[in-house]
Amino acid sequence: MAYSDKVIDHLENPRNVGSLDRDSSDVGTGMVGAPACGDVMKLQLKITDDGIIEDAKFKTFGCGSAIASSSLITTMVKGKSLDHALSISNADIAQELSLPPVKIHCSVLAEDAIKAAIADYRTKQED
Amino acid sequence: MSVKTPIYLDNHATTPCDPLVAEAMWPYLTEIFGNAASRNHSFGWQAQEAVEIAREQIADLIGADAKEIIFTSGATESNNLAIKGVAKFNHKKGKHIITVATEHKAIIDSCHALEGEGWEVTYLGVDSEGLIDLNELESSLRDDTVLVSVMLGNNEIGVIQPIAEIGKRCREHGVLFHCDAVQGLGRVPIDVAAMNVDLLSISAHKMYGPKGIGALYVRRGRPRVRLTPMVDGGGHERGMRSGTLAIHQIVGFGKAAELAKLDLTNGGIERVKRLRDRLWTGLQAELDEVFLNGSWEHRLPNNLNVSFAYVEGEAMMMAIKDIACSSGSACTSASLEPSYVLRALGVDVELAHTSIRFGIGRFTTEEEIDFALKLIVEKVKWLRSMSPLYEMYQEGIDLKSIQWTAH
Repeated sequence: MAYSDKVIDHLENPRNVGSLDRDSSDVGTGMVGAPACGDVMKLQLKITDDGIIEDAKFKTFGCGSAIASSSLITTMVKGKSLDHALSISNADIAQELSLPPVKIHCSVLAEDAIKAAIADYRTKQED
Repeated sequence: MSVKTPIYLDNHATTPCDPLVAEAMWPYLTEIFGNAASRNHSFGWQAQEAVEIAREQIADLIGADAKEIIFTSGATESNNLAIKGVAKFNHKKGKHIITVATEHKAIIDSCHALEGEGWEVTYLGVDSEGLIDLNELESSLRDDTVLVSVMLGNNEIGVIQPIAEIGKRCREHGVLFHCDAVQGLGRVPIDVAAMNVDLLSISAHKMYGPKGIGALYVRRGRPRVRLTPMVDGGGHERGMRSGTLAIHQIVGFGKAAELAKLDLTNGGIERVKRLRDRLWTGLQAELDEVFLNGSWEHRLPNNLNVSFAYVEGEAMMMAIKDIACSSGSACTSASLEPSYVLRALGVDVELAHTSIRFGIGRFTTEEEIDFALKLIVEKVKWLRSMSPLYEMYQEGIDLKSIQWTAH
């Protein structure tokens, strides 16, 4: 698979790898994908009271473009509002990383991870 | 210790041409250019003489007679010719073939092609070690079975099938037996007479010869194997495969066979096996959750196929880019499906995604193995540090208990 320099860079120097406290009320956790499909992304967002993403961490099991997509989204959402983060589409991710067509599903998964993490945070806030 | 990178550990895909082979080929690209079919001048005689020497060298490696070697473009063609050629010649006798689920695509797809034309094919399953059940083979033999095809050593997991036992049963039932011996040739001893093999596919570039040349052994004695050719023309190669012989390739193939035979007797293969064992021992000592795919006991001496749990194969290959190897992960295949060979063994699809195949070769050094071991261990640990699955495993969470969102 011939990847773009950006994918290679994110794979070799992944940004924001790690975990946040999943039990904390200001952390939303999104886990998407399945081991059987060959990719699982865990995205965690730490969100301030006024709805700004203060920190983002990821861990991903998957191919190079899955890891790169997760790494990229952490940089895209940090410091942004929840509405802004929700507006990020898989096309934005695929374009930024110049993903080949066969790897588009990695960007879809990354978009899903953002939505899942924010949904988890919002559920916690309602409780 | 300095090691030149990238290190080549993909000797199942292809092997480098041995310098002695290339040297032997050279004159046949320059001075001796005749057509072996030219019967009336010295250019043709010289070419034909070179071909016959190579035929002897190849026959000698597999315990055959030189006249039983049919040159082809490679093992894919040999496998096609064996399966389709025997099936078509014997269509009046019956239209049933038996093969195995873990065979190479050249066999599986040749069988699929015949199924489309009215033949029936039985695909034997394998156990968790990758081996067939001889009783199942025997009970699958029918009156209309015309061919059994089982590979010697598997190209992904290196598992060696009991060829002599299969040959014995086929002979008892009067059914022809074809064996794809591409990966096993030069790595384990082969004797078509002792093993009762009637057709055997072999390839030069898997044993340090040139690409673009292979052969099919076709038994002339009892039973005399007859087949319908795929390529019609000048009637070369006993009418089974027309086309002007590629003299330089054939000369290289012959030299490669001679060297392969030496490897089996002078400790060359033992050395390869020691390097393979050194890699596996090291990986097990340094890493947890690594799993061997396929039988350890019945295995080619140069093969190691390992699942590094919680680390996806393609990401792994990118992380260890100083090592050339291959993976059974879906992300490395055109079909986006994980290895059908591993699936046939019942390997969990999760683990199939994490499999890596290493193929040690004649030119692999101990320094390279030690370098590879260090790099693999470092990168597996690094990728696991960013794997949510490894994190869950360490927390004692059973991954099978999770409701995953399939996509």
